[in-house]
Amino acid sequence: MIPASFEYHRPNDMAGVLSILEEHGDDARVMAGGHSLIPMMKLRMADVPHLIDLQDVGGLGGITVGDTITIGAMVTQSDIILHDALADAAPILREASLQIADPQVRYMGTVGGNVANGDPGNDMPGLMQCLDATFTVVGPNGERKIPARDFYEAAYMTGREDDEVMTAVSFAKPAGGHAYEKQKRKIGDYATAAAAVQIVKNGGTCASASIAMTNLSDTPVYSAAAGDALVGTSVDGDAIKAAVGAMLNDIDPVEDNRGPVAFKRHVAGVILARAIERAWSRA
Amino acid sequence: MKDEAVTREDRVASLKGMGCSRKRVEDARFTQGKGNYVDDIKLDGMLFGDFVRSPYAHAKITNIDTSAAMEVPGVLAVLTAADLAPLGLHWMPTLAGDKQMVLADGKVLFQGQEVAFVVAEDRYAAADGIEAVEVEYEELPVIVDPFEALQSDVVLRPDTVGEDGSPSDGAHGPRKHHNHIFTWECGDKDPTEQVIANAEVVAEESMYYHRTHPCPLETCGCVASMDKVNGKLTLWGTFQAPHAIRTVVSLISGIEEHNIRVISPDIGGGFGNKVGAYPGYVCSVVASIVTGKPVKWIEDRMDNLMTTAFARDYWMKGRISATKDGKITGLHCHVTADHGGFDACADPTKFPAGFMNICTGSYDIPTAFLEVDGVYTNKAPGGVSYRCSFRVTEAVYFIERMIEVLAIELDMDASELRKINFIKKEQFPYKAALGWEYDSGDYHTAWDKAMKAVDYDGLRAEQKQRIEDFKAGKTRKLLGIGLTHFTEIVGAGPVKNCDILGLGMFDSCEIRIHPTGSAIARLGTISQGQGHATTFAQILASEIGLPADSITIEEGDTDTAPYGLGTYGSRSTPVAGAATAMAGRKIRAKAQMIAAYLLEVHDDDVEFDVDRFVVKGAPEKFKTMKEIAFAAYNQAIPGVEPGLEAVSYYDPPNMTYPFGAYVCVMEIDVDTGVTDIRQFYALDDCGTRINPMIIEGQIHGGLTEALAVALGQEIAYDDMGNVKTGTLMDFFLPTAWEVPNYETDHTVTPSPHHPIGAKGVGESPHVGGVPCFSNAVHDAFRAFGLRQTNMPHDHWRIWRTANELGLHD
Ligand SMILES: Cc1cc2nc3c(=O)[nH]c(=O)nc-3n(C[C@H](O)[C@H](O)[C@H](O)COP(=O)(O)OP(=O)(O)OC[C@H]3O[C@@H](n4cnc5c(N)ncnc54)[C@H](O)[C@@H]3O)c2cc1C
Repeated sequence: MIPASFEYHRPNDMAGVLSILEEHGDDARVMAGGHSLIPMMKLRMADVPHLIDLQDVGGLGGITVGDTITIGAMVTQSDIILHDALADAAPILREASLQIADPQVRYMGTVGGNVANGDPGNDMPGLMQCLDATFTVVGPNGERKIPARDFYEAAYMTGREDDEVMTAVSFAKPAGGHAYEKQKRKIGDYATAAAAVQIVKNGGTCASASIAMTNLSDTPVYSAAAGDALVGTSVDGDAIKAAVGAMLNDIDPVEDNRGPVAFKRHVAGVILARAIERAWSRA
Repeated sequence: MKDEAVTREDRVASLKGMGCSRKRVEDARFTQGKGNYVDDIKLDGMLFGDFVRSPYAHAKITNIDTSAAMEVPGVLAVLTAADLAPLGLHWMPTLAGDKQMVLADGKVLFQGQEVAFVVAEDRYAAADGIEAVEVEYEELPVIVDPFEALQSDVVLRPDTVGEDGSPSDGAHGPRKHHNHIFTWECGDKDPTEQVIANAEVVAEESMYYHRTHPCPLETCGCVASMDKVNGKLTLWGTFQAPHAIRTVVSLISGIEEHNIRVISPDIGGGFGNKVGAYPGYVCSVVASIVTGKPVKWIEDRMDNLMTTAFARDYWMKGRISATKDGKITGLHCHVTADHGGFDACADPTKFPAGFMNICTGSYDIPTAFLEVDGVYTNKAPGGVSYRCSFRVTEAVYFIERMIEVLAIELDMDASELRKINFIKKEQFPYKAALGWEYDSGDYHTAWDKAMKAVDYDGLRAEQKQRIEDFKAGKTRKLLGIGLTHFTEIVGAGPVKNCDILGLGMFDSCEIRIHPTGSAIARLGTISQGQGHATTFAQILASEIGLPADSITIEEGDTDTAPYGLGTYGSRSTPVAGAATAMAGRKIRAKAQMIAAYLLEVHDDDVEFDVDRFVVKGAPEKFKTMKEIAFAAYNQAIPGVEPGLEAVSYYDPPNMTYPFGAYVCVMEIDVDTGVTDIRQFYALDDCGTRINPMIIEGQIHGGLTEALAVALGQEIAYDDMGNVKTGTLMDFFLPTAWEVPNYETDHTVTPSPHHPIGAKGVGESPHVGGVPCFSNAVHDAFRAFGLRQTNMPHDHWRIWRTANELGLHD
């Protein structure tokens, strides 16, 4: 469990980061909290001859809360949990963050790292798809914005180019009720199945619903059909069943130590139904 | 006189002797990061060794090219079997009478097997060197299923086939097949078959106790330092049995035993994983001899999980017979034991399946038969007792499941069935059908106390209601009530039937009292977290009347400690603890003579009283042990040698038999398979209680390991022999988050043959905990027709059970 040798860079501005990325191309990679990248390097599954630490780079932190919410890429999961204004405006973030890893990991793990990583096990990609967030990246040709729902292509394959760095995620202040429901084997585990749900209620019926699932395909799964199945209903048992059915058409889990496909599909349905019920009760 | 205001109770309290919850003296250093573990040892010029390991579970090695590795900066040497063969060290004996490759000798038998040893200036260079060693493998058919192994033409171990092609004899007799290791039989075969054939009721069940791993927080490792000037080899390591390691090293290396010093420093948990000898030890010693420099080898977590001693992997098939009203008449057990590529169990020589023959449990079963077949497969070697004495976990799991299955067969309450069959208090000492003589017990008292404490009848009433609610669609959660009454067998053991590699399993204590009334005691055991420095001082404090705080306990250095067989199998208190008490009594006997001389009375006219000898009938006339200690060094006493020292080597007359009654109340979500432990009650009877706080700590720890094993912890292989659970992401190690609140309780039934009546407790909670958690899962589904489902009961397997029972329809 010892990584191959690597050069450690610690630039203090984005220009420095971009120039190292340009110089070393594929051989260079940025590191945020390191809690996904370093284990991969130790297992020698990632070979990173040039490691660029982002800790000293300015302009990547901070949380701003208004009609639009912006979270800097280097904001940690712990920062999110501790931010009261954010918890008021978008409570699903705290609820989800508290279900990620353990406190030690959350002190280090960042939003940027979590969404840029491209690991289907990470919780924030699905969460960001549920919130219809936009990712801001900067590269040699300047800044670019990519919708979270278009970002994920396959495991570890994303819409970000190798020479681009993520700087922030932003999304409209969510409306209605929320829930982040996750089943895992133990504390510090990735999801067996997880569901992010935001529902807006109008009178007794559902005005809009956004649903995304985690660790049930090689990318996060935003299920527009599952949300649509709820819209216009009173979110009763039949509607939830329809939403679950729609979601099951969109996921494609694989067997692993957490269990076989049939189990994962069953649990995905149970978890989503519970998330919808909780979100609806809060809407 | 000096301390008249001090009452007798004060004097007793100030000793911090037996029965006192004395704070652990070890913790001051452990909680401040001042422990001294193997990896803390840093010597001048020390090198670092690490292994090239096989990615394949079964393969022929056609070539090993080390030239590129030798070019890696910092790499000094790469050892292969070819380098060890001239020394006869490419294979080594195992503690089970088998032999094991130190470095792959032409083939590999399991994934992660040691193929070459890279020695470098530091561990980073060693890691790069490993990457550069080129090994050519030719894959062979992989066998991970022991039943398949016994049918297969594939010969896993060439040395199991004789010249004529038939299976050769193994260490424990003839082989039935070339992949078969041994058969071990116990009890009465034909009478058992007859009893079962004629029984009113027979319950039959098969169960698999899955492979798992002790996973101590500190992995295995060592530092070998050969001093070529004085010819002495010093070996620091994570050894649970340092003296045995010294003897083994001497036997296989030819270095005389007095020239070998083995030191076990602080050890971060062992649980059986650190009993055996590993290739890393041999390679470090050889590398130190070759380079003339100290060589360190430390496993990483994956090495530890994938290659060092696993536990369990027992396929158990049982038949239990009874009368219609529930009186058990016979028990039959057959085990197919998967030992992996080498038989590296650490059982006493005459017990190739350990003490599996304690599988009649807490019950008066008149007739029984046990047969165990050991088998080779393409998995890592081991088969150690993970916090249990030699397969006792397997035995207790087996009988506690068979009792539940019989209760189902009889349509009887499982508590009631146990009560009908418990060995009665007046039957002790009780001779069990499979040979052991249980020293003492009072099972009914313990059981009744447990049932009352948890309000068993109330729980059953609640469960009944829950089942109705479930059937009516009002809830999706089931309630399981897990019961276990275990009987342990610990304290190996009597030299007449227990040895390891011919070394009798006695243990020892040597005490030196200093002139000012403090002392040092050295033992043949070695603490790995059990708190020996605390508790052994307490035994001595009560025996010799000096405060525990004035007694240093030292273990683990073979140059200073008396010979002993180490710490595992809950043997320290039953064996070394007894030696400690006996050595203390020798001190006291001499102190009595000194006191009598000082008080100018006859030896028989003084008697021991807490911390002093008093003249009988005249309590104001006394000499404290402190005064006596000083006198031992400054008085010329006729007929008495100066000094105050004693040694005791204790050969226990029998094993000890701790027992306990556990109850687990569990909620199960049938839709997700998620379990929630609502209550866990653990009553332990470990005989005399030396330090209640340490007992409680041992129980909390053991129950937590038991929870892990029952609910998720496993070493799983795929069909290709790849380890699927080689990191802590997948190998379940519970944290505070997963652990329920434990209620502990006790009864005290002292061991009649142990000098202080103590029985050992370290393993009980693990031994009793696993079946209790598992029985709770089974019990929850009993009303829906479940008889047996194998552990680990993780989410998806519980979900599968619910699914198969139609609970998702
Ligand atoms: C024991 C453990 C349990 C965990 N459990 C969970 C869990 O349950 N759920 C969960 O979601 N996560 C979990 N994680 C992951 C944890 O949350 C990580 O910290 C997080 O996923 C990545 O954040 P990081 O800052 O550590 O990223 P790093 O490890 O530093 O980087 C991860 C990847 O993202 C890239 N990257 C990082 N920042 C940027 C950026 N600004 N721009 C472009 N690329 C970037 C890196 O190059 C790298 O490829 C766990 C981790 C551990 C160690």
